Amino acid sequence: MSFVEYSDFIQDGDVAIIYLGHDSMMPVKVQQGAQTQTRYGVIRHSTDLIGQRYGSKVTCSKGGWVHVLHPTPELWTVCLPHRTQILYTTDIATITMMLELKPGSIVCESGTGSGSLSHGILRTIAPTGHLHTVEFHQQRAEKVAEEFKEHRVGHLVTVRNQDVCKDGFGVTGVADAVFLDIPSPWEAVGHAKAALKTQGGRLCSFSPCIEQVQRTCEVLTDHGFEEISTMEVLLRVHDVRTVPLPLPDFGPDPSAQTQPETGEEPHPMCSPNPPSITMKTTTPPREMPGHTGYLTFATKPRT
Amino acid sequence: MADDESQYTIKEGDYVVLKRGDIFKAVQIQPRKKVIFEKQWFFLDNAVGHLYSSTFEIVSGGTLQPQKLRGTESSTDAKEAGTDNRNIVDDGKSQKLTRDDIETLKEKGLKGQEIIQQLIKNSSTFRGKTEYAQDKYIKKKKKKYENTVTILKPSCRILAMMYHGREPGKICHLRYDTLAQMLTLANIHAGSKVLVFETCAGLVLGAVMERMGGYGSVIQMYPGGGPVRAGVESFGFPANFHDMLHEFPICHVNSLLAGTLDTTAKDPTAVTDEKQSSMVAEEQQSQSGLEHQGSPEEWLRETNNSDDIGQDQEQKQKEKRKEAKAEEKKVKLEKKRKKLAAAADLLKGRDADGLVIASRFHPCPVLMGLLKFLSPSRPFVVYSQYKEPLIECYTKLKEHGGAVSLRLTDTWLRHYQVLPNRTHPLLLMSGGGGYLLSGTTVTMDGAKPAGSQRAEEPAAKRPKLTHTEG
Repeated sequence: MSFVEYSDFIQDGDVAIIYLGHDSMMPVKVQQGAQTQTRYGVIRHSTDLIGQRYGSKVTCSKGGWVHVLHPTPELWTVCLPHRTQILYTTDIATITMMLELKPGSIVCESGTGSGSLSHGILRTIAPTGHLHTVEFHQQRAEKVAEEFKEHRVGHLVTVRNQDVCKDGFGVTGVADAVFLDIPSPWEAVGHAKAALKTQGGRLCSFSPCIEQVQRTCEVLTDHGFEEISTMEVLLRVHDVRTVPLPLPDFGPDPSAQTQPETGEEPHPMCSPNPPSITMKTTTPPREMPGHTGYLTFATKPRT
Repeated sequence: MADDESQYTIKEGDYVVLKRGDIFKAVQIQPRKKVIFEKQWFFLDNAVGHLYSSTFEIVSGGTLQPQKLRGTESSTDAKEAGTDNRNIVDDGKSQKLTRDDIETLKEKGLKGQEIIQQLIKNSSTFRGKTEYAQDKYIKKKKKKYENTVTILKPSCRILAMMYHGREPGKICHLRYDTLAQMLTLANIHAGSKVLVFETCAGLVLGAVMERMGGYGSVIQMYPGGGPVRAGVESFGFPANFHDMLHEFPICHVNSLLAGTLDTTAKDPTAVTDEKQSSMVAEEQQSQSGLEHQGSPEEWLRETNNSDDIGQDQEQKQKEKRKEAKAEEKKVKLEKKRKKLAAAADLLKGRDADGLVIASRFHPCPVLMGLLKFLSPSRPFVVYSQYKEPLIECYTKLKEHGGAVSLRLTDTWLRHYQVLPNRTHPLLLMSGGGGYLLSGTTVTMDGAKPAGSQRAEEPAAKRPKLTHTEG
């Protein structure tokens, strides 16, 4: 198991994702002899997990069953321990494409936060790229570095515990792309520019507030960035439902031709089971995240 | 990544993307090849040797000249501006230059920037406009009169935006952010084995290949006579990327699954010949049945041949040519067979790591047919321009089992204008970028999901509703 390479069977030391049901998952560190409690009962790692195929069904002690999945950055994003607000898959996907990330890319990121985006970046830039990620909160930086190691992507990433606005990314002239998710991104634009390759590169700044975007765009223009473009992407989920639609009864229609010999018409006043049609359709969830953040992209030209 | 400078310079034969404003066009750099872009024609010869992302001016004779000053902002000396538009009257008389005047200026060889200066000078209302309106005016005129073009290195981002802007019909109206979701939801990454079924001109295939960086294998499952991948060319991948690309015709999926697909034939015995020719015939049939896919050139040539009459000498020559062609064809077929065998070998293990579908075909049979090739615990994603076929896929998968975490989604995308005191969403936005069904495979077991297991779709309240509300 690794977050950048699939394997078929669960091994001791892996991180596996227990799929409990729709939108309900938990990560598990697989350890010989360990047990995990779920609402369907206990999972015994030695017998239920180790040696099993990823994707197989595991019966828990109470008789219910779950599926054990191979970790991916997307599954991790929905079940990782939150130490901060995190970026979700919809934004991560957009960032990955608009920053033009691919195997071999050198990327700078700040702040690391809970590492949700970091895992997505690492998956895309492996096996030859590198991520320089800067987090000013010491415990968070340590915790995320530990997770990278557990997820076997430690060799692809350097975690630095410093303030990007003061100290920059710790590298200069190497990055193909820079990502900023900090309270005052405009203060880090200069450092971002320095971190990017002289041949140029892409930058993204994620900010929830439009005032942040405003200031960042001004500073980006001042630093000579081009193709500055701000956008917002929202995920709309369509829940598939089978819905019944009762048909109204307008009573007998005298103008219509009387049906030939139907014999006994059901009494118009009290049809026992009014006709209805059932159909497959989708409904939107009652509530949805209506705003995550504005994504501002820009290109640094060759300097 | 090797940081040699050569990858940043434009070379002959390179696939590049031309850009002006928000308009893109993918072309190949070929000597003395006339390129038409935004109603202007020019030659790209002079771009060779320059750096990517350089901007050129199109001068007379259609030659490119590197632009000297990058981003020379409007040097409007008139710093006068009005406070509002109460005195601006749209009487069509504010511009004193006529169309002909402007044409003459153009013929005189005035640059776009100079023409705009003239327009401003001859506009009676420009000074009365607010500062913001002046900006807007200059921007608008710039768009019209500037004859510059920027040459970019192609990337998935640029090509996806280009196709979406220029020819959305060719890519089933797949919007770039939707493509981004697909690549992420399918966990496309280096070293994996990915199945792609698309009728998006090769854009989706190219996007997958870019994300795999030449590591692993991509198997294009194609319908009809041959794989369509014009869009892949536009990415300008290095040669080694094509080593990971395989192709397999979906018309052989059933026989492959049944274990009856024969790709072992070594020497062209009568049997295999027959088989191959019937295979070819079959493909040609489907080719003529479908829209123009690949190049049915050979087939056309054959029919032309049968139309020819008499003319002895020519007949002989023709026969010779025919023989040569037959030989050529044999070699081609042999090559094709080998390729088929290689792709079949990759599929046989049914251990692919990802599946990406984006086509104009009904996604349901495609998904159900190709899902069989995935290992358990692997993601898949299906794109459709329409929602209903994906509802059908969802329902079918629920009945059939073998997949969890099913989700039907689309994305909403809005761009913003960000300017001091003038920040707002753009007036126009895309109405929709298509729909996605994504999920993860799991092992199949004979037993149907037990009732005890939570259903992802709450049981329809059919009986209850009909009784109580009826």
